[in-house]
Amino acid sequence: MKKLIIYIAIGGMITNLSCSKSISDRNLSFPSLSPSKTDANAGTWKTILLTAPTDITVATPVATNNPDYIAQINEIKDYQASLSSDEKSIVAYWSAGAVLRWNEILRELVAKHNLPPYQNPDGTYPVPSANNPLAYPTFPFANPPYAARAYAYVDAALYDALVTTWYYKKLYNRAAPYKVDSSVKVLIPKSDLPSYPSEDAAVVGTAVEMLKLLFPGDQDYIQQKAEEHKRARIISGANVRSDIEAGEALGKAVAQKFVTRARGDRAGAAVGTQALWTQMEQNCIARGEVPWISQESPKRPPMLPLFGSVKCFLFDSLTAVSIRPGPPPSTSSDAFKKDLEEVRHYSDHYDRERVRIVQFWADGISTSTPPGHWDAIASEAFVKENYSEVRWARNMALLNMAMMDAAICCWDAKFTYFNPRPSQMDPKIKTYTGLPNFPSYVSGHSTFSGAAATFLSYVLPSQATNFTSMANEASLSRLYGAIHYRSDIEVGLVVGNKIGQYAVDRAKTDGADQ
Amino acid sequence: MTKYWKACIYTSIFLLIIGALPANAQTDIDGIMMTKNNFCVGGMYGYSSWKNYWEGTLKRNNLNLGTVSTQMISVMGNYGITDKLNIMVGAPYMMTKASAGTLHSMKGVQDGSLWLKWMPVEKTIGKGDLSIYGIAGASIPLANYEPDFLPLSIGLKSKTLSLRAMGDYQVGKFFATLSGTYVFRSNIKLDRDAYYTTEMHYTNEVKMPDVLSFNFRAGYRYGNWIAEAIVDKMNTLGGFDITRNNMPFPSNKMNATKVGANFKYEINAVHGLSVIASGNYVVAGRNVGQATTIEGGVFYIINFSKKAKKASLESKKQ
Repeated sequence: MKKLIIYIAIGGMITNLSCSKSISDRNLSFPSLSPSKTDANAGTWKTILLTAPTDITVATPVATNNPDYIAQINEIKDYQASLSSDEKSIVAYWSAGAVLRWNEILRELVAKHNLPPYQNPDGTYPVPSANNPLAYPTFPFANPPYAARAYAYVDAALYDALVTTWYYKKLYNRAAPYKVDSSVKVLIPKSDLPSYPSEDAAVVGTAVEMLKLLFPGDQDYIQQKAEEHKRARIISGANVRSDIEAGEALGKAVAQKFVTRARGDRAGAAVGTQALWTQMEQNCIARGEVPWISQESPKRPPMLPLFGSVKCFLFDSLTAVSIRPGPPPSTSSDAFKKDLEEVRHYSDHYDRERVRIVQFWADGISTSTPPGHWDAIASEAFVKENYSEVRWARNMALLNMAMMDAAICCWDAKFTYFNPRPSQMDPKIKTYTGLPNFPSYVSGHSTFSGAAATFLSYVLPSQATNFTSMANEASLSRLYGAIHYRSDIEVGLVVGNKIGQYAVDRAKTDGADQ
Repeated sequence: MTKYWKACIYTSIFLLIIGALPANAQTDIDGIMMTKNNFCVGGMYGYSSWKNYWEGTLKRNNLNLGTVSTQMISVMGNYGITDKLNIMVGAPYMMTKASAGTLHSMKGVQDGSLWLKWMPVEKTIGKGDLSIYGIAGASIPLANYEPDFLPLSIGLKSKTLSLRAMGDYQVGKFFATLSGTYVFRSNIKLDRDAYYTTEMHYTNEVKMPDVLSFNFRAGYRYGNWIAEAIVDKMNTLGGFDITRNNMPFPSNKMNATKVGANFKYEINAVHGLSVIASGNYVVAGRNVGQATTIEGGVFYIINFSKKAKKASLESKKQ
């Protein structure tokens, strides 16, 4: 009897243990990109910083009967003669799409660097330095405004680079290697698109150059990804080496223009100074309001208080100011009291479903931030649409420019009004997620989500209801988490929707949808 | 061994939040069996707290957490199917709290556990008695609690299977027990659909590293008393370190070395009733809190065998 029980117990365990622990990441099962249309005329689409694709020079390619070209074809054949399983998996990984994969890499770098610096022994906080990125605190602290700006710059640069690429593809019209030589195997979906310059290499050149600025301490990882990506294109038979070299050079040249803009967009000064932080507090007191006070210990300076002055992508600074919402309910008003009581209610009453929502949208430290989350949502939707690379870049660029401008307008409101978090006004309000270290009004999550959902609903109207309900849930998650008042989230969504509309308006006239 | 047939010593192993492990009845890890048809039932209260923790290998405090405390109330039962095969069950209710910062406390029923304890070998060697045990256990979350809120989560929500080999040797009034345990842990699911460990993962599922632990205890075991000192070493086989100033994550590497003592006293006045007190302290660790834990409990043995309960008790008691 007892032995039987033991055997049954052990048998049960072995059965249980045989269950696989392996996990499949959604992004690793994305299919190879097989564009439903080539967008052959994308060379005419409206660029963001370039005045025209001809701002960038791309040399005339050698003819396909030139010995140099034939040598390049042979390079592909050499690779293909003995393909390792590792090489095959590299090809499969990159074939899902260049814009997509580099957006994922960026999201990963953001998550890695989204950690607030630890305090100094004297209770002050160190600021990461771009000139010494590997020393603690490592550069950057990829917080939501930093991340929003990074996504926008990379994808906007990718868009201009790919419009330029498409312009030269059409101009030079050099066929893909597998069309020139039918004995070249092709390991990815074939395309009628000319292959010079390589769109994938244009993405590599642009992204690497932008990431030197944004993540200067991660060059080894970035370069390894870049080499792998370029090799995957040759192995797969999609490009010869000269396609790659021309694309990469083009991408680097375009990126330079965005790097120059980034250096002058005022983000570098967004940290501010002690004098400035004190001034903001004093201004708030002068208006008769209770000012925001850091709830961290030791008190941490607010996150990027001058980010509201950064140069927007979709509109000028006067427009940005005009988007600024009216003030939040006065901290001495009944409306404020009512708002605060509601937050207290959600804090006091634990509810598992609300906590699930809070967690799903938290996107706090060590994550890719709310803009990164919306990029993931967009990517998973776009994967099903079979866009060309240039259309991928255009949609990601507009989405991320909208979210960067949302960060700017949101931060402008936060530091104009400098109003306190619920936990500051009622210390009994405990939170179900980390309390962000900056003023409350308006909610960043709500502004990002409003902007993202508005633009994505334009791009994929059949999913508009879904995007809107996701934005509403993301917004509500901050109230449920007891870190925002209802006024923060409602006004945040309105502001976000307005900004998203600027991206929609641009999309209607950029040539891609006409 | 039969001298100690009625011992029913339970202390829990709920410690170690940051990483809460399932709170287990500790009788699964001592050299004591319930005799056939005896059922021991009881309850424990425990309090554990830490102010310092290890962020990877760096020991630090956190002014935004202050002191993190866990309270536990558990019920446990142990039944002797035979003299050499016992079955045990336990379920705890946990409450966590941080004394500083804004994070909300958490509470709820954690993981239920079930153990089978088998003593295939019991023989006299030299001056003492040697007994060998094979022990198997399983735990499963009894409620849909939130594992992704460390260090205030009440548990990690992994289902576990434990296999343990144990030897116990007693000479006169003194004993020593050594055991080794392998804990298989199932993947867990988070409420979010992406997370970063040392790389990005686009899934809600987290691979939980298994755990290997060793436990040594020795002391006095005679008459109404058991008094023992304990050293316990737990190692997570894999997992990653908490990065600088990051929050803990369920699949972190969580190692801990604990020392402690347990006391059990059987009250003569009420037959079958015993009280337990225990304490332990984490002396070394990685990605865990340096917890101090105290516990107390009351247990009662019911003999379901019909024949001559009383006589049996008297004859076997020292």
